[in-house]
Amino acid sequence: MAAVVPAPSAGATPHRGGQRWTARRVLRKVGFGFAVLVIVSPAVLVFLWMLSLSLKNELDNLTYPPVFIPSPPTLANYTQVFEQNAMGLYFRNSVIVSGFATLLALLVGIPAGYGIARLQAHRTTVLVLIARMTPALSFLIPLFMVFQFLGLNNTLTALVITHLVITVPIVVYVMAGYFETLPRELEEASLIDGGSVWTTFRYVALPLARPGIVVGTILAFIFSWNNFVFGAVLAGRATRTLPAAVYNVLTFEQLAWGPLAAAAIVVTLPVLILTIFIQKEIVVGLTAGGIKA
Amino acid sequence: MSTPALAARPAGFFLRRRRTYRLLTLPAVLVIAAVIVFPWLFTIYMSGFDWKIGSVAHFVGLSNYTGLATNQRFLEAIVHTFYFTALAVVFPLLLGTAAALVFHREFKGRGVLRAIFTMPMMATPVAVALVWTMMFHPQQGVLNYLLTSVGLPPSLWVYSPTFVIPSLVMVEVWHWTPLVMLIVLGGLAALPTEPYESARLDGATEWQLFRHITLPLIAPFLVVAAVIRTIDAVKAFDTIYVISQGGPGTASETINLYLYLQAFAFYNVGNASAVVVVFFIIILALALLLLHVRQRTKWVAA
Repeated sequence: MAAVVPAPSAGATPHRGGQRWTARRVLRKVGFGFAVLVIVSPAVLVFLWMLSLSLKNELDNLTYPPVFIPSPPTLANYTQVFEQNAMGLYFRNSVIVSGFATLLALLVGIPAGYGIARLQAHRTTVLVLIARMTPALSFLIPLFMVFQFLGLNNTLTALVITHLVITVPIVVYVMAGYFETLPRELEEASLIDGGSVWTTFRYVALPLARPGIVVGTILAFIFSWNNFVFGAVLAGRATRTLPAAVYNVLTFEQLAWGPLAAAAIVVTLPVLILTIFIQKEIVVGLTAGGIKA
Repeated sequence: MSTPALAARPAGFFLRRRRTYRLLTLPAVLVIAAVIVFPWLFTIYMSGFDWKIGSVAHFVGLSNYTGLATNQRFLEAIVHTFYFTALAVVFPLLLGTAAALVFHREFKGRGVLRAIFTMPMMATPVAVALVWTMMFHPQQGVLNYLLTSVGLPPSLWVYSPTFVIPSLVMVEVWHWTPLVMLIVLGGLAALPTEPYESARLDGATEWQLFRHITLPLIAPFLVVAAVIRTIDAVKAFDTIYVISQGGPGTASETINLYLYLQAFAFYNVGNASAVVVVFFIIILALALLLLHVRQRTKWVAA
């Protein structure tokens, strides 16, 4: 899309020459800059406020009018959540749950995506849309009862299994889409040379699909990491994932703002960092099943 | 099909290949059957019972459903859900389109600013909701400080039954406007240049260009954004649960919040399952309605 598309209100009209033209241009530039500022500032301000809260002592956090710039900034809130509130343990739980749920999803989802792409079974992706439309809580009630029957409630295993609800559809969707974009010639050549479907998949298609796998992995991991309600319902004290822990432990057992903000940053920072790697593909994941325009 | 060598193969060859492709999907099919399809079916089954966790279940037929039809609290939850959804779809669409028009232009630092703008979209909802909870605080919150410093009266935000839903929508708008922006931006990137050139020659104003060329051409993208936004807004849970727990009273109790309480506070899984079924039908109906609109925009465009 290299073509420069004249956006509405883009640029000055060329047939109007003279002095007024430059004055208008300056005015327009200032106006445009202001528009950019207005659009970006809510995102920036909320994150900066989050950071500011996490770096101030409790006295400064509760004064009114609020103190905006921490002076001096302190890391006490961070050390407190890690030492007193076992953030390290919850962080580990989250890594295990999202890690295994993503790994299992890749294991079953990559071959499935390949199969769907080569069978040209596009309709199966409707299932992804339906899965997206189903409220998460509706998976949770039956699974909760099954886990209770099996004695798996409050275990990380139960959480990993439940997180498959999130990770499997997204991996299948991303991989089916990616395999469809791969050229068929190499695969055909391998099949003609007597390679089986499996060896063709394993040695020809799979190595080519690495970029798709990276996107699928990161998206599945992020969505699983951000999930709150599964952990809130299924986890026990020691098996909570980060979002559930931040809500349960910190909100109810203490009402200090600094540690709360510090914990919120610890939860969300890994996701924001991962996002940097897939800036362009994020929208694919978030609109998954949402039918192409 | 694509090469003569392949065409010469016996039909069984292709059949075998198709079978292997199906085999590749089998593990995923099994997982999906276990964690997605089974819960669906079990939910429908449970919705026919008076079933509380820890006690014996009785079959009650459709009475969970008829009970819901006269349940004041549930009906109010439906109203709250529609109110919340309408606001949480319209505002991100308007603001997201405006933002997309801005980010569609070339300017210095566009890439970085766009990345910053899209940050809220990926941030963990619970973490963000906690920060907003602190910002909404009527006495020490930064939002009331900002209001009063420009001469406006302070608000009770989520502590007021009237303002709680609009306040929650504010968080939702902050969180999801970037997604709408990215979808619309995709639409803008695909615009042709010719109509603009000829319209300019005819002396069209910028507003006319936008209204009569850009808007109809990006309409399909707006509908996609609306579908996705609607599905997500109807299902919104984390933000509402963390910030207001459905309160004050039941002022912000949406279907999802009501469902959560039925299932995991009262352990009334039979009733909760009926809520799930009704809830899913509502979501499905909304999605179909929007897809119908999408078909119509396509015909108009054709």
